[in-house]
Amino acid sequence: MSTPPTVWQDIARKGLWQQNPGLVQLLGLCPVLAISNNVVNALALGLATTLVTALSSATVSSVRHWVPHDIRNPVFIMIIASLVTCVDLAMNAWLHELYLVLGIFIPLITTNCIVMARAEAFASRQPVREAAWDGAMMGLGLTGVLVALGALRELLGKGTLLAGADKLFGPAGHHLSLQLAGPDYQFLLMLLPPGAFLGLALLIAGKNALDARARQRQAAAANPATLANTGTTP
Amino acid sequence: MSRHATHIAQPVTVSRVMLKVLAALLPGIAVSVYCFGPGVLVQLLLATLTALGAEAAVLRLRQRPVAPALADLSAVVTAWLLALSMPPLGAWWMIVVATLFAIVLGKQLYGGLGNNPFNPAMVGFAVMIVSFPAQMAAWGTPLAALDATAQLQWIFTHTLPAGSSVDAVSSATPLDVLKTGLLQGGQDVAQLLLQPRFGQWGNAGGEWVALAWALGGLWLWQQKLIPWRTPLAMLAGVLAVSLPLWLWQPAHYASPLFHLLNGATLLAAGFIVTDPISGSTTPLGRLIFGFMVGVLVVVIRVFGGFPDAVAFAVLIMNMAVPFIDQTTQPRVFGRKGGRHA
Repeated sequence: MSTPPTVWQDIARKGLWQQNPGLVQLLGLCPVLAISNNVVNALALGLATTLVTALSSATVSSVRHWVPHDIRNPVFIMIIASLVTCVDLAMNAWLHELYLVLGIFIPLITTNCIVMARAEAFASRQPVREAAWDGAMMGLGLTGVLVALGALRELLGKGTLLAGADKLFGPAGHHLSLQLAGPDYQFLLMLLPPGAFLGLALLIAGKNALDARARQRQAAAANPATLANTGTTP
Repeated sequence: MSRHATHIAQPVTVSRVMLKVLAALLPGIAVSVYCFGPGVLVQLLLATLTALGAEAAVLRLRQRPVAPALADLSAVVTAWLLALSMPPLGAWWMIVVATLFAIVLGKQLYGGLGNNPFNPAMVGFAVMIVSFPAQMAAWGTPLAALDATAQLQWIFTHTLPAGSSVDAVSSATPLDVLKTGLLQGGQDVAQLLLQPRFGQWGNAGGEWVALAWALGGLWLWQQKLIPWRTPLAMLAGVLAVSLPLWLWQPAHYASPLFHLLNGATLLAAGFIVTDPISGSTTPLGRLIFGFMVGVLVVVIRVFGGFPDAVAFAVLIMNMAVPFIDQTTQPRVFGRKGGRHA
């Protein structure tokens, strides 16, 4: 609590927590809800999105002085689409099984709001290094939400964790998969879309509760006299 | 208004109303126990304990007073309605999970009694039927020779004493048998109904349970605790769809009587669509709400994927209630038009 945070720390804190794309900005919900039925899918799509967001923010930032303001959005989308195509081809080549599972959601990263939002709101008016860092942190923030939601749904829905990790980490990934319930166990609701909505709502509620508690503690630390009142709020 | 007006005999409290609702369920419970055995009581007990525990836990988390909310008995009503809609010999964890979803997600997360847009019992039921369709379809065989200890053993350990047949604890409901029979083809409704599972009026044993629900509902109406509009409109809705279908092709569609006496139709008419919180509250709205629930019940039963449809029909119409209530505001005395009262 002594030195003010550097610009890098500030960007990281915003991307990972304060303005988390999945929990606060609620951007890019389509893949969050659709792909979060297990950890491996969630992690893979999250990392792919992170890569695209970081690279596209850096690119958008580097050409920001030459892009005419009126047609900036088509230009940004062209940049993002080219990067997504690269990621799409790379995943098809090196992570083919996973590529088949994620299917349409890889090309759809192009239309993910969070990529466009960072290009428009941050990268188009900031230097390259800050923009790349911001894109990476926002992407990681989204990845964190995806993995947490994926873990929740996979655990409750199928009783496993990291099932199919070999698709992402190669043959060694087999050892990462955990089977925590009987092979017959299935709680279909958590695997279906309602489970995604319920899980995301619980994550958002959890974050808000943590923030509220932190604020309360801060207020109490700043003014110990109010401490007596906070305990007895109705 | 004076609180001690002489013409008011007793103050109407929530817990008094809820107590009467519970009393109205007793005839149906008695017939259920006769038909399906003491397993029904175990389900009721498990549901009640889970509901009270979950309600107390969430209220503590929300830092609200616990005792008054438990004493109003609304959680017990939810628990009983849920337990009576679930398979009487379902495994113990099913009713526990269902009640947790009903009380925590369906009721308390919306702000507790009076704030829930959906009927909590139906939320719990829908969660279970979507998640565990196979287990939810396995009903006890009515009047099966299975003693109390065997039933308890089945509910808690999923095993049976030697000599008992699994048929006694997992028979499909008549709605289910009819649906699968018609889907497989080859037999028409009349041939399918000859199976012993259907009994005289299409639901061996179950029809008496259904009539006992109707009895309880009538008593609640006589006590002026439920309006007549919603249940009657619901039954009219059931008839409005099932009667034309049956008259058109009796070989393919079951009779209106079958739809009335099967599944949760009469339980819903007396106790579920009449829920004053999640249902419509205007006079015309009650007619629309009840009628559409009845229509949807038959439409989903006949054309949908699940054998019974009361939970889905009620939940769908719960969603429409704010709109129905807004557009059917009664005219305020002395003004023209009802919309902007």
